[in-house]
Amino acid sequence: MTSATTIQPDYNYKVVRQFTLTTIFWGIIGMSIGVLIAAQLIWPVLNFDTPWLTYSRLRPLHTNAVIFAFGTSALMGTSFYVVQRTCQTRLFGGNLASVVFWGWQLVILSAVISLPLGYTSSKEYAELEWPIDLLITAVWVVYAVVFFGTLATRKTSHIYVANWFYGAFILTIAVLHIVNSMAIPVSMGSMKSYSIYSGAIDAMVQWWYGHNAVGFLLTAGFLGMMYYFVPKQANRPIYSYRLSIVHFWALIAVYIWVGPHHLMYTALPDWVQSLGMLMSLILFAPSWGGMINGIMTLSGAWHKLRTDPILRFLVVSLSFYGMSTFEGPMMAIKTVNAISHYTDWTIGHVHSGALGWVAMITIGATYHLVPKLFNQKAMYSIPMINLHFWLATIGTILYIVAMWISGVMQGLMWRAVNDDGTLTYTFVESLEKSYPFYTIRFVGGLIFLTGMLVMAYNTYRTVTAKDGSIQPQELD
Amino acid sequence: MSIFWTLWITIITLIVIIGCAVLLRAVSKNNTGVEEGQPMPHTFDGIQELNNPVPKWWMGLFWFTIVIALIYSLAFPAYTANWNGLLGWTSSDQSITSLQESKESAKTSHSQYQREMNAAEQKYGAVFKQLAYDENGVYKDLTLVAKDSDAIKVGQRLFLQNCSQCHGSDARGSTGFPNLTDNDWLYGGDPDTIKLTLMNGRQGAMPAWADILGEQGIKEVASYALQLSGRRVDLIEAKAGKERFVVCSACHGADGKGMHAVGAPNLTDTVWLYGGSRKAVEATLRNGRNGVMPAWKDVLGEDKIHLISAYVYSLSQ
Repeated sequence: MTSATTIQPDYNYKVVRQFTLTTIFWGIIGMSIGVLIAAQLIWPVLNFDTPWLTYSRLRPLHTNAVIFAFGTSALMGTSFYVVQRTCQTRLFGGNLASVVFWGWQLVILSAVISLPLGYTSSKEYAELEWPIDLLITAVWVVYAVVFFGTLATRKTSHIYVANWFYGAFILTIAVLHIVNSMAIPVSMGSMKSYSIYSGAIDAMVQWWYGHNAVGFLLTAGFLGMMYYFVPKQANRPIYSYRLSIVHFWALIAVYIWVGPHHLMYTALPDWVQSLGMLMSLILFAPSWGGMINGIMTLSGAWHKLRTDPILRFLVVSLSFYGMSTFEGPMMAIKTVNAISHYTDWTIGHVHSGALGWVAMITIGATYHLVPKLFNQKAMYSIPMINLHFWLATIGTILYIVAMWISGVMQGLMWRAVNDDGTLTYTFVESLEKSYPFYTIRFVGGLIFLTGMLVMAYNTYRTVTAKDGSIQPQELD
Repeated sequence: MSIFWTLWITIITLIVIIGCAVLLRAVSKNNTGVEEGQPMPHTFDGIQELNNPVPKWWMGLFWFTIVIALIYSLAFPAYTANWNGLLGWTSSDQSITSLQESKESAKTSHSQYQREMNAAEQKYGAVFKQLAYDENGVYKDLTLVAKDSDAIKVGQRLFLQNCSQCHGSDARGSTGFPNLTDNDWLYGGDPDTIKLTLMNGRQGAMPAWADILGEQGIKEVASYALQLSGRRVDLIEAKAGKERFVVCSACHGADGKGMHAVGAPNLTDTVWLYGGSRKAVEATLRNGRNGVMPAWKDVLGEDKIHLISAYVYSLSQ
């Protein structure tokens, strides 16, 4: 008779399956809207003179869809998978996991309807109006109960590092969301509300939220994903336990301070700007700690990169992560910020993180998960994963290089002066010079989206194949 | 800032920064009880963690940023509003609440903003002066400046940066913003009047007539106004409109040719500031209009305005 601990617990994979498939679905939707608004910047006629297809309404829909529909579905799904497997216990709370899934889909659906209709709180990445904010809060609390309940009922002695990151992400996002979304509705029957903060305080609260949505959702959350799927896929131990401790605590302690770097040279008091810049600089090393731990985990397994495109996704995502977490602290330095702020450079920086890091690690994790969740030994086609890898890499590079050039050019043009002190270029002239780069960005985004469609097809074939009928293959 | 908040912020800030340093020191030694390079005694779903040392270069990088941050925070404003830094640097005078105070502070302030503005004034002020004044130190006649191609070039640059947002890069305006290249002037097109407009701004108010005229009255007056500019309209309506036009003539004149003194447009030409369609004219009558040209004298100063005025004047010559 085997002892109870070696029996595979009855894991709840249903909710993980649901989240994994919606991750792909919302990824395609969110990125399609991104490609559409990128096209609108070149061909404005593409809004068809329709209010709900204008750039101003679709841009928040794009950001909400990729962050909260694609990214957060991926985090919820993988966190439920990882927490069960590393705690050796079924998800806590029975049907509560289903509540999280359907509740979150309802949140996304509300966003898809309300944003094009023009309802917005006007806070970046927190545009959703107050009734939806309340729904988010409720679903998030249930999510936290399921996750932390599972941790509390774990069968293992320690808590694995991936779960530290997932836990930090869940707790902090709850606090950020509630504090930043504090608003007073115009009336109980009205969707419109006004923030309870005003002036520079409102700006500071907004960017405290805004940058930590990046820090705790798009960084800490996905580091949790990285800490499980990289060692699993590479079949190697984590490089350094001690590094994971120091970079985890430093990362979460310092990240929460860096919001003011979005408000350099504004009405924000000088001392707050200084602190934001300094904490951003200090954040550089803790951020890189995760990259080092991930990449060094491959020591002794580098040859696997030749044959395993899933591992390629994971490693390249870590490279982009390292690149954008170097770029971020640099852009937070006041003198650099004076050139980069308000330009396309910021857009490039965001997408080097969003496409290069967040999307690529999610894609890698998804390719790892799908066969396991749907009773197959491997994905339907490994060459298709390889094709997706190249489409994603080329798409990302085209996008960010175009935005770097465009951004630095804008920054320099805006500050160029004539002999008489007047500006050399008008705004329109800098815009005109940006057009070629907008085209390259559009092409890059389109290529990245094509990769997602390849993934959807590959997943469809894997999911619909007869159980266990797909055999592992390797690239030549 | 109160003592409480000062201490609260300073202490938490230092706890975070120094906490990082303490943590770094702690992990630089092997306190895990496991030999270096060996796996930790726990596995999670088959994943092991090695007890490898933290890379030295990475620790160096971390220390470097901590030290830099502490030095910077001593030199510059940091922690709270009560710490201005040893260098005494400030981005701008943040106690200013009005333009008046801003001007006063310009004389004494050492903020980065004021230093840069003063340096720019020193360096570039002379360029504008040279183009705008004659040898006796009085402003050159605008008609002369308008013939000076160097002055026009500078005037155009200033126009593109400050005026083109409303009047367009080609100065042809758009709905609600006058075209400056034609010979139709709301307040008069002689050089000194143009300069006066730029200096002090204008407020062109057309009252709303919906309550007084009623819908029928608005239709009739619109017909008359359109007839004045030579459009074909319902003659009975126009006739009724003409009788009602008496109140309009107070500003637009009995002949509808407008009045520069109040900026009332000439209704007999084909230039329409807010659109010449029947719908647009009726909307103007019904709801009124309120056109605002800002005053620029406090923003740009008279020297630059002199050059822009010459440029604007030259456009219609």
